[in-house]
Amino acid sequence: MRVNGAEVNLDRPFTLSEYLKAAGYDCLRVAAELNGAIVPRAKYDVVALDDGDSLEIVGFVGGG
Amino acid sequence: MDMLDLGGRKFRSRFILGSGKFSLDMTKRVIERGGVEIATLAVRRANAGGEENILDHIPDGITLLPNTSGARNAEEAVRIALLARELGCGDMVKVEVVRDSRYLLPDNRETIRAVELLSREGFIVLPYMMPDLSAARDMATAGAAAIMPLGAPIGSNKGLLTKDFIKILVDEIDLPIIVDAGIGRPSQACEAMEIGCAAVMANTAIATANDIPLMASAFKTAVEAGRKAYLAGLGRVKDRGEASSPLTGFLEDI
Repeated sequence: MRVNGAEVNLDRPFTLSEYLKAAGYDCLRVAAELNGAIVPRAKYDVVALDDGDSLEIVGFVGGG
Repeated sequence: MDMLDLGGRKFRSRFILGSGKFSLDMTKRVIERGGVEIATLAVRRANAGGEENILDHIPDGITLLPNTSGARNAEEAVRIALLARELGCGDMVKVEVVRDSRYLLPDNRETIRAVELLSREGFIVLPYMMPDLSAARDMATAGAAAIMPLGAPIGSNKGLLTKDFIKILVDEIDLPIIVDAGIGRPSQACEAMEIGCAAVMANTAIATANDIPLMASAFKTAVEAGRKAYLAGLGRVKDRGEASSPLTGFLEDI
């Protein structure tokens, strides 16, 4: 799977929510786009990740 | 009460803060000293693992204005705006479409398209733009809630170089005109407000000051002074002197 442009190997099946927690993201502070489509936060628990997926995880930073 | 109206949302403060370039622990003090009610943010790839988040440093009640920095065309701007909305901070967005990496000047044509697309998605859209009357009219027609012309290139601190063109927008466009980018000093923010701009946005001018919270406070005062001067109506200008004291009743033989 690609996460923010980097290759990541999934060693077991993950839901999005499980992956975010395992990788150390704060679910309430990020938004996720899976294969180009935004995943609503309410679906993090049911969306399953696959080896061929491309995942973008974004958050707010300071900016003008 | 004199309020700034952005798509039906009302604000007392007319000083919009860009939150980049200073340390996170400074953010709260800058917001407070600047009397800020709206702060911009950027959307970027998140880092894993317990990193501090800027949202934890912004006091409750502050309206967040995500920008679409990084977008090079309308579609990318829409993508960033949708992600920002998913981050759960409301439906206002500052559209920023830049294809030029040297001067960071905005692409008005793509920006107009982005305004159209985002208005249809229900956003309150504030487009950053090169001050051009035709483009501003197109943005207004496309549903913009305000127009954000640049005073000078982003981060340059060069001031209100485009003043005459911004004044044309103030006179001709029936939307709040907010000077964004380039303002380097409180006096320039004040001048923008004096000519009728509805608000001023600044980031670098404050972030590159020696005393950052004090400069935020200086901007607050300058923006308020300029707004009052605009509402009061500036006095006329004459080429010759005109006594302010009476020209009769002089004491003789001194």
